[in-house]
Amino acid sequence: MRNFFTQHRAAFVLTVNRLLNTPLTTLLTVLVIGIALSLPLGLYLVVDNLSHIAATSQGQPEISIFLKDNASTSIQRTIAAQLKARSEIKDFHFVPREAALKTLSQHIGLSDTATILGKNPLPDAFVLTTKDLDPDRLDQLRLDLQDWPGVQSAKLDSAWVRRLNAFLRLGKQTVWLLAALLGFALAAVGFNTIRLQILALREEIEVSRLLGATDSFIRRPYLYLGMLQGFLGGLAAWLIVTNAFALINLRVAEIASLYNLNYLLAILSWRDGIIVLVSAAVLGWIGAYLAASQHLRSFA
Amino acid sequence: MITFSHVTKRYRSGTEALKALSFTIESGELVVLTGASGAGKTSLLKLIAAIERPTQGSVVVHGQNVGKLTRGAVPYLRRNIGMVFQEGRLLFDRNVFENVALPLRIIGMPPREAAKRVRAALDKVGLLEKEKAQPITLSGGEQQRLAIARAIVNRPAILIADEPTGNLDADYAARLMEMFAAFNQVGVTLLLATHDPQLASRFASRVLHLRDGALQT
Repeated sequence: MRNFFTQHRAAFVLTVNRLLNTPLTTLLTVLVIGIALSLPLGLYLVVDNLSHIAATSQGQPEISIFLKDNASTSIQRTIAAQLKARSEIKDFHFVPREAALKTLSQHIGLSDTATILGKNPLPDAFVLTTKDLDPDRLDQLRLDLQDWPGVQSAKLDSAWVRRLNAFLRLGKQTVWLLAALLGFALAAVGFNTIRLQILALREEIEVSRLLGATDSFIRRPYLYLGMLQGFLGGLAAWLIVTNAFALINLRVAEIASLYNLNYLLAILSWRDGIIVLVSAAVLGWIGAYLAASQHLRSFA
Repeated sequence: MITFSHVTKRYRSGTEALKALSFTIESGELVVLTGASGAGKTSLLKLIAAIERPTQGSVVVHGQNVGKLTRGAVPYLRRNIGMVFQEGRLLFDRNVFENVALPLRIIGMPPREAAKRVRAALDKVGLLEKEKAQPITLSGGEQQRLAIARAIVNRPAILIADEPTGNLDADYAARLMEMFAAFNQVGVTLLLATHDPQLASRFASRVLHLRDGALQT
């Protein structure tokens, strides 16, 4: 057991020294890995931020029921009672036609729309939200409501939610695709740097084999090297993305303040950052393992 | 300790380096292997350390059939065999001390204990005061002694050396041979290959003479 730790510490120290002895090569390799990783990472953050916006800004689809012009107060009450009785409806409220007109006036910036229009063209309405968000069942509910007495029409405004969700799914898929591709790139970079190292240290490996070194002893420093390179590359990607978003956030804050909003893009969480570091280290390790195993076969 | 039974070694190029060789070296012997260059001395030594495998026959070292060892088992065989190579095979990117320490690092010996062993080995070959020197600054004889220190630092039961006195003048060569004889006195089994029969006869308990891959008696 003591030997085990001695050997691992020795391999680790050796690896760190090798990295420090060739600072420029190390820096360039780490930068290549870092930049390659920062692309999917940045895109992931963008998609993540959009998902948050979609979830917080009334992501809930609404159904609006517009009543017939001649619908009486008693019909309104009947509908309200029936809505209350339906268990799938989470919440509903009545929008009288006068209130709707007032909101409309405020929106288009005219104080006396009714005067221009002659009479109020808007119907009384109920706006409701459901517990269930499945688009098909929402549509079924809409059709049911449309048949109720006193109801002119019922409208479901879920189209934009569907579209946004579709775009987000596309974004997420792109992130994974990019991440997978660049994961391969990372393993390949690891593979190549390790291959060059092994060729440069051929003599040492040969002599070590002759002196009784096992394959795992010879492989060990290269595995540490691949792992450390991956880790440092992951760290570089984290720094690149965090700084880029800090820079972008300056502009975002500026724009948000113009809309009287207090909004900033979320940066990479600690949890996600650590996942990036670990997976980058694992990929570097894999690349090193493949390179070392392939080359070790050529030594007696 | 080392037994060759009908060992033939044929290389892929077709050359037959060793032809149906049979002999045994007992524990504690000092055997000198002579023969002109190309007679098969190096091939024979390589078979003992599983650097090459026999085409036919068996090579048994420490009761293990070396030719049949798996790749994973070979390192453990080599840890018990000290080797001095014809070309020295020192690592020129590290100092004398680190060169000798390498076999101990390979077996994972704790640094403090390893340092003691390294200094003891350097002392035996008379290089203790040069431990911080770079191998490239050493003379040919000193480099050869450094290679010997590296071969014995792990206290192997068997020491094999390929032309250890190759490029050295007669006087220096004799001193090296005395050093080998001293190792033999403390129980190390030695097999030395040399093309210099005079030197061999002075120290060897037995001489094996190779000609064209066959033993001559």
